Amino acid sequence: MATAIKTDILSSLLQFPENPSFSALREKAKAFALEKGLPGIKEEEYKFTAIQRKLEKSITNFSTAQPTDLKADDIQNALPSEYTGDYLVFNNGTVDFELSKLSKQGYEISLLSSSQPSLLGEIAKIKKDVFAAINTASFKDGIYIKVKKNQKVEQPVFLLFFNQAKAGQVIPARVLIEVEENAEASFLENSISLDDQPYFFNQVVEVKAAKNSNSYYSRLQNESKQSLAVSNFESDIYRDAVFTSTVISLSGDMARNNLSLNLLDSGVVGNMYGLYLLNGKTHVDNHTNVDHTMPHSDSNELYKGILADGSRGVFNGKIFVRQDAQKTNAFQQNNNILLSEDATINTKPQLEIWADDVKCSHGCTTGQLDEEALFYLQTRGLGKDQAKGMLLFAFAGEILEHITDESFKNQVTELVKERLGSNI
Amino acid sequence: MLTIKNLHASIEGTPILRGINLEIKAGEVHAIMGPNGSGKSTLASVLAGREEYEVTEGEVIFKGKNLLDLAPEDRAREGVFLAFQYPVEIPGVSSTNFLRTAVNQVREYRGLEPLDAVKFLSTMKEKMKLVEMDQKLLSRSLNEGFSGGEKKRNEIFQMAMLEPTLSILDETDSGLDIDALKIVSNGVNKLKSPETASIVVTHYQRLLDYIIPDFVHVLYNGRIVKSGSKDLALELEEKGYDWIKEEVDTASV
Repeated sequence: MATAIKTDILSSLLQFPENPSFSALREKAKAFALEKGLPGIKEEEYKFTAIQRKLEKSITNFSTAQPTDLKADDIQNALPSEYTGDYLVFNNGTVDFELSKLSKQGYEISLLSSSQPSLLGEIAKIKKDVFAAINTASFKDGIYIKVKKNQKVEQPVFLLFFNQAKAGQVIPARVLIEVEENAEASFLENSISLDDQPYFFNQVVEVKAAKNSNSYYSRLQNESKQSLAVSNFESDIYRDAVFTSTVISLSGDMARNNLSLNLLDSGVVGNMYGLYLLNGKTHVDNHTNVDHTMPHSDSNELYKGILADGSRGVFNGKIFVRQDAQKTNAFQQNNNILLSEDATINTKPQLEIWADDVKCSHGCTTGQLDEEALFYLQTRGLGKDQAKGMLLFAFAGEILEHITDESFKNQVTELVKERLGSNI
Repeated sequence: MLTIKNLHASIEGTPILRGINLEIKAGEVHAIMGPNGSGKSTLASVLAGREEYEVTEGEVIFKGKNLLDLAPEDRAREGVFLAFQYPVEIPGVSSTNFLRTAVNQVREYRGLEPLDAVKFLSTMKEKMKLVEMDQKLLSRSLNEGFSGGEKKRNEIFQMAMLEPTLSILDETDSGLDIDALKIVSNGVNKLKSPETASIVVTHYQRLLDYIIPDFVHVLYNGRIVKSGSKDLALELEEKGYDWIKEEVDTASV
């Protein structure tokens, strides 16, 4: 019985849109997904994150959500005050150019269906994760952003994903970003729930960072307490390029973030920063993966978590250092503060090193708030909650520093402060 | 100002303080001395409200209020200040922001207007001079990477900013070289007034050459076993604590 339901769910999720582009790719993706099935908790990669069970429980209509009524006000409310850069609006995964603001200075932007880039699916390979395959089979259309060679895009491009169950509850979204040689660009992302109805947001972002480019991707997850989200973020990074990802997770029912940095040549610097502040029953799983394939590349990773109530965090950090990747420097750290006895963190570094001349370090800590520091602040006249908030913010603030755009950093900082002021 | 009556306190069931009696009036400086493990730091911690200690008996009245009923932050706002033996390093908390929050919390409790940025900065600069604090330290995280001497100076600087009526210095002298000791003591002396009082907890007489106490109390096994003038401190310096221990131990047999 259960199996029958699961198969139904999967085949519903794998519905092609009308008049699909990329048919051959979609067929392959569908075949793979059907063969692989949805991941149960017996699957190593998903053993702490029962996304399949969540889907069965929360989602009743597995067809793709229709675009919803989106107003200019919704967009203004989502953007940071004082934000002056470009923004691109996704309405239930469908791009809405009319509500977007795109200067296109230094970059080109097009629908995937019109530009048909051959790069699509080359970075986020369908076999990496079944949800990437499901996205590939089912996304309606997506966006292709190309930052042109030698261009510095001065203002960031903000990707705004507005989500709301409408007719269907499944929201696939697809983004392909190509940063050409010597180019520099910054991307911001926020996913916004328009109401409290459950939906399943299934996102794939592919990034190609060409030689000597410099790019940033900062992301805020602050969706409703009913939302389910899986994101596959895959990046291929070439010689001497720098790529920095920052992911701030504040709310949701269950979110799984797969983040991969493939360092495909020498001189690459890959940075991954993450912060998760969880309360209630929120479950956030960050699976990160950095693949060092050639000599003399560096990766830095720092994820921090504060968990309250019955929330759960998962951190899994893979570092591969291939045989050719001599002189690799790879640093990974995951620190957690648990504010409640019912909160859980599962943290696991996973290092596979085949080269012999490398520097790799990893560490993880899980603890409570430092009582001595708390007492110290109280003896200076700070109320207990205020002192706690100050200490927690000191812990979290280190991650926020990596958000490049000031107005976005302020927006996220305010949200974080508000949460920590009331001790999450 | 402060009356301690028959104070008993224990940690994890082990009694540390076994009946402390002490009366402190405005304008006075009281030195609490005693061998290691006698309960000196416990007394300081209990007065400041450290949660690990359980008060099992007795009372502490501060300016007419039962101090033991107050949360640590309210004790601070009422005017009790504890200079820590081991000031805590708090990475990520900016010294200046922390201090401004603290000062304004205390002012609010005392019915005073908060200090604006300009006034706060000028007050800060003035008070920094008291302990010859380097302004650069204040642009760092609280106590992070400070030397031992810098941490202790920072304690006295915070004390100057918060303007307490009762200051408790918990082994502020330990680990300080003579120069730092002079600076710290000098700061404490300048803050002395007829309206304020201090409790100076120390293991060494040396500090009392600079901060002259009105009374010296010797703590042993959780009780004050001897009180006297500053001459008592000199006697202790000369003869050590053994004669007092013997006196007490013989009397109790």
